[in-house]
Amino acid sequence: MPQLIKGGVVSDDRWTLVRDGEVAPPSSPAIVSLATWLVKRDELRKRSDVGVWLAPADDPSLLAGDVRTLPLIAVDFPKFADGRGYSIARLLRERFFFKGELRAVGDVARDQLYYLHQVGFDAFLLRDGKDAQDALASLRDFTDGYQATNRRTPWFRRSDTDVPHRHRGATE
Amino acid sequence: MYRYDAFDQRLVDERVAQFRDQTRRFLAGELSEDEFRPLRLQNGLYIQKYAPMLRVAIPYGLLSSRQLRKLAHIGRKYDKGYGHFTTRQNIQYNWPKLEEVPDILAELASVEMHAIQTSGNCVRNITSDHFAGVAADEIVDPRPYNELIRQWSTFHPEFAYLPRKFKIAITGATTDRAAILVHDIGLQAVRDGAGDVGFRVIVGGGLGRTPIVGHVIREFLPRAEILNYLDAILRVYNRFGRRDNMYKARIKILVKERTPEVFAQDVEAEWEHLKGGPATVPDEEIARIAAHFPPPSYETLPGDDAGFRSAVADNRAFSNWVKRNVFPHKVPGYALVTLSLKKTGVPPGDASSDQMDAVADLADAYTFGELTVSHEQNLIFTNVRQSQLLALWSELKGLGFATPNIGLLTDIICCPGGDFCSLANAKSIPIAEAIQRRFDDLDYLHDLGEIDVNISGCMNACGHHHVGHIGILGVDKNGSEWYQVTIGGTQGEHAAIGKVIGPSFAAHEMPDVIARLLDVYVDRRHEDERFVDTVKRLGLDPFKERVYAATH
Repeated sequence: MPQLIKGGVVSDDRWTLVRDGEVAPPSSPAIVSLATWLVKRDELRKRSDVGVWLAPADDPSLLAGDVRTLPLIAVDFPKFADGRGYSIARLLRERFFFKGELRAVGDVARDQLYYLHQVGFDAFLLRDGKDAQDALASLRDFTDGYQATNRRTPWFRRSDTDVPHRHRGATE
Repeated sequence: MYRYDAFDQRLVDERVAQFRDQTRRFLAGELSEDEFRPLRLQNGLYIQKYAPMLRVAIPYGLLSSRQLRKLAHIGRKYDKGYGHFTTRQNIQYNWPKLEEVPDILAELASVEMHAIQTSGNCVRNITSDHFAGVAADEIVDPRPYNELIRQWSTFHPEFAYLPRKFKIAITGATTDRAAILVHDIGLQAVRDGAGDVGFRVIVGGGLGRTPIVGHVIREFLPRAEILNYLDAILRVYNRFGRRDNMYKARIKILVKERTPEVFAQDVEAEWEHLKGGPATVPDEEIARIAAHFPPPSYETLPGDDAGFRSAVADNRAFSNWVKRNVFPHKVPGYALVTLSLKKTGVPPGDASSDQMDAVADLADAYTFGELTVSHEQNLIFTNVRQSQLLALWSELKGLGFATPNIGLLTDIICCPGGDFCSLANAKSIPIAEAIQRRFDDLDYLHDLGEIDVNISGCMNACGHHHVGHIGILGVDKNGSEWYQVTIGGTQGEHAAIGKVIGPSFAAHEMPDVIARLLDVYVDRRHEDERFVDTVKRLGLDPFKERVYAATH
């Protein structure tokens, strides 16, 4: 079973990822494809335990009207080297203001977690065979960074009290 | 130059720790080769033909003598006592041991250097004008913006898994010494009518399999918006660039398929959302970085130095060197000096650890302890007093770095080729050497004048063969090594892609081929016309006729 990291800890997963768009979602909590969601939206919206997963080529703006009610959006990484999901995550968080659980699924492993977290994912369904306890350490690979991300303003927009070491001059 | 503060240093140190752990897990079998590959590539580590190859970034080509001594030390301790300066302001080591790479990265971090994102499908080392800060034709000193963009690109979480590698070059001068038209993004820092700094933005240039000159998508971008605009370009590329075919995955293909106009509209639409947002750069930040690049403490000198002038008049060898390797400086009494790493018999761009140490000492003595690395694979002392040129020349001669050939036929740009690189179809270094040996008459070389010869061992074009006046590309024909020749390519602000003259040649034919091309030029040139201008005026035919005449 793939293990789930959520909120910085290893968690139980109550959601079923329904990869096949043809299969009807189960009555338990389910994550359906964007195609299924768009077809059965009116029916599925009545449930509070249905989330949607996006493929790398899917357009996140199609969920713009649903972000306030959807409890969970997953983004699939068929191959970890396909980085489209990182941009999708930032758009969902920063342009469409999605506040629910944003979950990375698919070919997701430890060495991608830090960047995934920075762009807005807060849940990670690890690829089968990867130990979630070990992987947790990688969320702390870096203590900070230069860019504006979903987690931080760029350091140059922070006050000296936010980054007290910033102006102490060069290290030697 | 820019000095790390605790914030910058901590990030680089954390990277070393991260890669040390990743290497440990790989060696322990916890990470597969497929899983480890992108991690090592984003730290500059290739698995090459004979050994791993480590590519170290020299951000925008700027080095202190202290850093150069460290590079020499790394070459000596972890490699075979030398390094290779590349065409993108990096240095490569060809023989490090995989298990020692974390230690090398730690050594680099101790002098504010790294190998971050020097490979892999991410934003690569930011390159720039090797005369930045001192060029007579400079409109804006690009170095603070180079550093700003270096920081933005370092560990950018959204753009670590792009469709393909991504190269950005920046200049602030009117003469383009940074090849901004053949990069994924080229930026030219300019001033508007009010004197405010902004950027001319060029996208979609590149060499490789599909050489294309880039397109201007914005004439003036206010400097405060630069990071928002880069985010917009990269986001459009990350989402829509092709991932189905690695040969069509560079941004140039996306720009071409969408047309530059539509691509520009896509970027502008994305930028509309980001404009004025958190990544907008405050003036104070630009000032903070710019304060790291104060002008050195120049002496006030009365223009041309008399002793220097008389040495030029009296000493022909010195005068030849001055003519080719010394360039005018914006400050009276100072000069820019190019150290030629193109001595015949030495692979272009190679320097031994002993040479690097000696250059570091010379940099301290002659040029305020800083030097730059050019994409032509030479080193530059940017602030030398004219009165010291004669003494410096003597020292450089002793080192083998005073070959008076900058811009000449023997100043060849050359990739490592089949001697080292596992991607190569053919060797490139022996071709460079054969040409250098054939054309060893300095008077003839000076008479020929400026000719760029660029050699790549495969169509990835690390040797920039498309923009060489004479370009040489190694090709594989039924398992043997052949060379295709292009002429008429040009780098710089008039960048043009060279045209193939015809069927390819065997290695031993290459010096003759070059000789015949040059014969046509010498016969047909107008006064003061460079080789490439003669090619443009006459077209390919007379050159083709001469080159292929004897073989038919």
